[in-house]
Amino acid sequence: MSSYLLETHGLRKRFGDKLAVADLSLALRPGEVFGFLGPNGAGKTTSLKMILGLLEPSGGHGLLLGKPLGDQGARAKVGFLPEHFRFPDWLTGRELLHFHGRLYGLGGSLLRERSEALLARVDLLDAAHRPLKGYSKGMLQRAGLAAALLNEPQLVFLDEPTSGLDPLGRLLVRDLIRDLRAQGTSVFLNSHLLGEVEATCDRVVFVKQGRVVHEHVLGAHEAHRDVRIRAHGMSDALCVTLASLGEGFVRDGDRASLRVDGDSRLPQIAAAIVNSGAALFELDAAPASLEQLFLAVMGTEQRPG
Amino acid sequence: MTTSAILTIVEMTLHEAARRRILLASLVCGCAFLLLFGIGQHFVLADIEHQGAKGMLRRGFILNFFTLAGLYSVNFLTVMSAVLLPVDTLSGEIASGVLQTVASKPIARRDIVLGKWLAYVLVVGSYLMLLAGGVLLEARLLADFQLPGVGRGLALMFLESIVLVTLSISGGTRLSTVTNGVVAFGLYGLAFIGSWVEQVGGFTGNVGARDVGTVASLIMPSESLWQLAAHHMQPPVMSQLNLTPFSPLSVPSIAMVYWAVGYIVVLLLVALRGFSKRPL
Ligand SMILES: Nc1ncnc2c1ncn2[C@@H]1O[C@H](COP(=O)(O)OP(=O)(O)OP(=O)(O)O)[C@@H](O)[C@H]1O
Ligand SMILES: [Mg+2]
Repeated sequence: MSSYLLETHGLRKRFGDKLAVADLSLALRPGEVFGFLGPNGAGKTTSLKMILGLLEPSGGHGLLLGKPLGDQGARAKVGFLPEHFRFPDWLTGRELLHFHGRLYGLGGSLLRERSEALLARVDLLDAAHRPLKGYSKGMLQRAGLAAALLNEPQLVFLDEPTSGLDPLGRLLVRDLIRDLRAQGTSVFLNSHLLGEVEATCDRVVFVKQGRVVHEHVLGAHEAHRDVRIRAHGMSDALCVTLASLGEGFVRDGDRASLRVDGDSRLPQIAAAIVNSGAALFELDAAPASLEQLFLAVMGTEQRPG
Repeated sequence: MTTSAILTIVEMTLHEAARRRILLASLVCGCAFLLLFGIGQHFVLADIEHQGAKGMLRRGFILNFFTLAGLYSVNFLTVMSAVLLPVDTLSGEIASGVLQTVASKPIARRDIVLGKWLAYVLVVGSYLMLLAGGVLLEARLLADFQLPGVGRGLALMFLESIVLVTLSISGGTRLSTVTNGVVAFGLYGLAFIGSWVEQVGGFTGNVGARDVGTVASLIMPSESLWQLAAHHMQPPVMSQLNLTPFSPLSVPSIAMVYWAVGYIVVLLLVALRGFSKRPL
């Protein structure tokens, strides 16, 4: 029995001659809020579909809640909000939840109570009697979110849950994810909104062409700083020194940037520059943001597709 | 778990079918047809009275033929609905992404297909019974005429509609909606023409033409099932005289029924298999 909720080993998916997911290996611990980040076309949605048994992998294998991918029983304890949530739109919000609940094998008063609680939780109680036809994109997404939580899942997959939401809706989802974590529910989050990911996730991985290229534990690096330098006359030797003080060192003429593991590096950087004889005009340090890390990991040359 | 899952899908599908305009359209067409049939019956009766009752036998033949003609139209309307109502139930929901949410639930893909199939068999079967019942009732009320062999006849027509529902659903697991419709009607047309070729071949004694018809009815048994149904719904003397298009020289053998049942089973297996690995 594995101690992971989800693990995949070398998962691969090929569409014709297009390799959407090259080699995906990851593991998710119970209770963890996990961010799955990557540029458009990195294979995030495809990976999710393979994990949920909607797509047959071309290679590799994995376990979801201890069962092989595609196992029907495992899905009873899993929730899923697809990237484009769609359902017959003549159903009302409430009917939607009732149908979903029955697909989970729920019924009776338990289903009714959970539906009402979730409708309230996603702020759709007022609209619950209206057909989905009249819902806005964000309302539909919130209805889908409620449907994904009906079975009180151990693990919820959310594929860009906030892409259609207004700031208030995003806040709602952020709170919801925090609540889920507090209850011990794990979340697998695909999102391009890095601020949101930063605020909710325990750990993120960056994928590129369906391969994990970087893993980052959030909160563990609070001291990290993104340092920006403007100095004239930086020698190659100085650049080597600076690069050794942190990671992701980049130089462009008089400007340079790098990421360091704490404030204590700043005087060292200043001293190195001054001692090398270069003229220091600017030295700026900001808390490391996920966005900077994303750009550093992905490289700016990476184009979508 | 499995039955309750299937029932949920059945209910969902019935719900969906009931909401669709196409079902309403079929029902409106059906009612218009029944009205027309009633009016026609009225004139046929008037004609019979006018010519004077030259024996009950002649009256019976005419009414039998006319009622069979009514059922033939019912057969056609049912075939249309059997193909068109379920034609996009899988392909449409695959394209829209609805099935992503359904298939990610703890439900077997098999049950999704079986639930949808069952729902449309129910819908199309009810449609058939409604229209055929209407025709028979009108014959009974207006002309006091009762068609023989109705039980067998309707059962065979129902079997035919199941063949087409299954074909339509099965195609939906692999084909897009439009392609699926084209293929299903193409096969039906093939069987239709094949059966006429067979009739002509029977009259002229052309063995090749008869073989073509037989092959067509094996590829798609729908028309043969109708002919068998019609055969049972007329008195033996009428079918032996080959007086009408519904009493052909060569009546399909009973083996056609077994063939059709096997055909349904195989199509269903193809559907289950096709959908089990279908990327959603
Ligand atoms: N059914 C398909 N047939 C062919 N190619 C596909 C199919 N689905 C996805 N792809 C391709 O696979 C790659 C990965 O797509 P995927 O949707 O997984 O990306 P993603 O990481 O979710 O992107 P986004 O951030 O835009 O949602 C893309 O290049 C896409 O064009
Ligand atoms: Mg995606």
